[in-house]
Amino acid sequence: MLAVFQKEISLFLNSLIAYIVIGVFLTGIGLLTWIFPNTNVLDYGYASLDTLFDLGPYVLMFLIPAITMRTLAEERKTGTIELLLTRPLTDWDIVFGKFLASWALVIFSILPTLIYYVSVYQLGNPTGNIDTPGIIGSYIGLILLGGLFAAIGMFASSLTDNQIVSFILAVFFCFIFFDGFEAIANIDVWGTLSLLISQIGIVYHYKTLSKGLLDLRDLVYFFSVMAFFLATTFTIIRSRKW
Amino acid sequence: MSIIVKDLVKAYGTQKAVDHISFEVQPGEILGFLGPNGAGKSTTMKIATGYIPSTSGTVLVDGFDVTEQSLEVRKIVGYLPEHNPLYLDMYVHEYLRFIGKVHKIPSVKLKPRIKEIIQMAGLEVEQNKQIGSLSKGYRQRVGLAQALLHDPKVLILDEPTTGLDPNQIVEIRNLIKQISQEKTVVFSTHIMQEVQAICDRAIIINRGSIVADQSVESLKAGAADRITLLVEWAGEIDESMLQSLEGVDQLENLHTGKWKISGSKTSDLRKKLVNLSAAQNWDLMGLTVEEHSLENVFRELTATKD
Repeated sequence: MLAVFQKEISLFLNSLIAYIVIGVFLTGIGLLTWIFPNTNVLDYGYASLDTLFDLGPYVLMFLIPAITMRTLAEERKTGTIELLLTRPLTDWDIVFGKFLASWALVIFSILPTLIYYVSVYQLGNPTGNIDTPGIIGSYIGLILLGGLFAAIGMFASSLTDNQIVSFILAVFFCFIFFDGFEAIANIDVWGTLSLLISQIGIVYHYKTLSKGLLDLRDLVYFFSVMAFFLATTFTIIRSRKW
Repeated sequence: MSIIVKDLVKAYGTQKAVDHISFEVQPGEILGFLGPNGAGKSTTMKIATGYIPSTSGTVLVDGFDVTEQSLEVRKIVGYLPEHNPLYLDMYVHEYLRFIGKVHKIPSVKLKPRIKEIIQMAGLEVEQNKQIGSLSKGYRQRVGLAQALLHDPKVLILDEPTTGLDPNQIVEIRNLIKQISQEKTVVFSTHIMQEVQAICDRAIIINRGSIVADQSVESLKAGAADRITLLVEWAGEIDESMLQSLEGVDQLENLHTGKWKISGSKTSDLRKKLVNLSAAQNWDLMGLTVEEHSLENVFRELTATKD
């Protein structure tokens, strides 16, 4: 698994994907947090990073599928999947190694935004007047969300050997899981089911985390949905044996 | 180290890509796997490496069943897939290191091993390049290098020499010959000279079934008792006279005065033709013997009979 992980990381670095993803994410989120008039922290006047954590998921919703779209689709198209599958690697090694590499890249692009925290911390009046536990929770939420999007992206990539199809499907699934369930739950027909439906979506759990509330149930949610998509991916790769 | 294929079937829907194939390969043997395109060569190899499952039948590699003990098989097999897929974004060293790590070669041993294999595959000049920038011949060497890196007991090479120029083909053949001494090698091709050059034994398959399984020597011997002559006379000659010659069993008029005549080797056809020409006063312009090679055997065995 480690070998696959390292290989994926070095592919990200060789093919410029890593630099572009980190660059675009930081530029985009930087513009939203500091420059754009409607969203920037400076005009808002409160020492918080809500912009980062509210809009971050939407930036990731496009970036992560771009990272993951090639993981399996390209291997299939170029036939290199045959190389991997005829090596002493289990299917889990392949799926999990690739997933971890994509997630690591996401985490790498999120981490530099810690500078924003330091800046806002300094800008607060008095200095340090900021909801630190809330921000820690939000970071955990954003990183878990990144992992979940990566798992969804891997799943989409396993469905097809066309990278564009994989990208579009991944964005769509990410959107449905992030916002879709919440929106569906708001339709006024569900009655008491409404809460349950919104709990399937990511937003419900993401919101709790960003309040600084580290609830085990939310963590379980994130990891089990990740596990679900990875297991599905695994099954699809396995299906060649059927 | 041996490979035992027993009653192997691979069906796609109702079409059988591989139809009840059985054969064995002994350690130290180089087996040429021959057949026209779509005969089932690659399918058999893919099953033997555990990439796709068989519909029925078993393949044992060094005693391990490819479906039951797939991981064990994959540890001892070096495989070069058809079309030689490679990570074009990776550098040669980086790629070989990755393969080494997949095979869990400790890094102390890996470094000298990579050096050795790069030398063996003749990659020294290109070793610091990205795979995507290499020419086809060098990519093929990278493919071979990755198949050989972990010193596999069994080598399965799917058309290792396609798309190479004649010099490269010879080099790759020598490489295969050189490494095959203590390994079992199966390689597929549709080039007959290749089999003649390096194989001990050849299996010819057509439409999923084995049509010949014998040593290269006996395949050649099978071809040796017939002779085909290209004969040219100035002007028209009498076909019935040719036909009446003893030992002639095939006649073909290519164009005016030019004939393709085949028959058994023992009947001394050339002498008879010269004598006949002299007796009939035909002006004999040329007489050449067409080599009855493995190619003809191959063509005869795999000609589609619909």
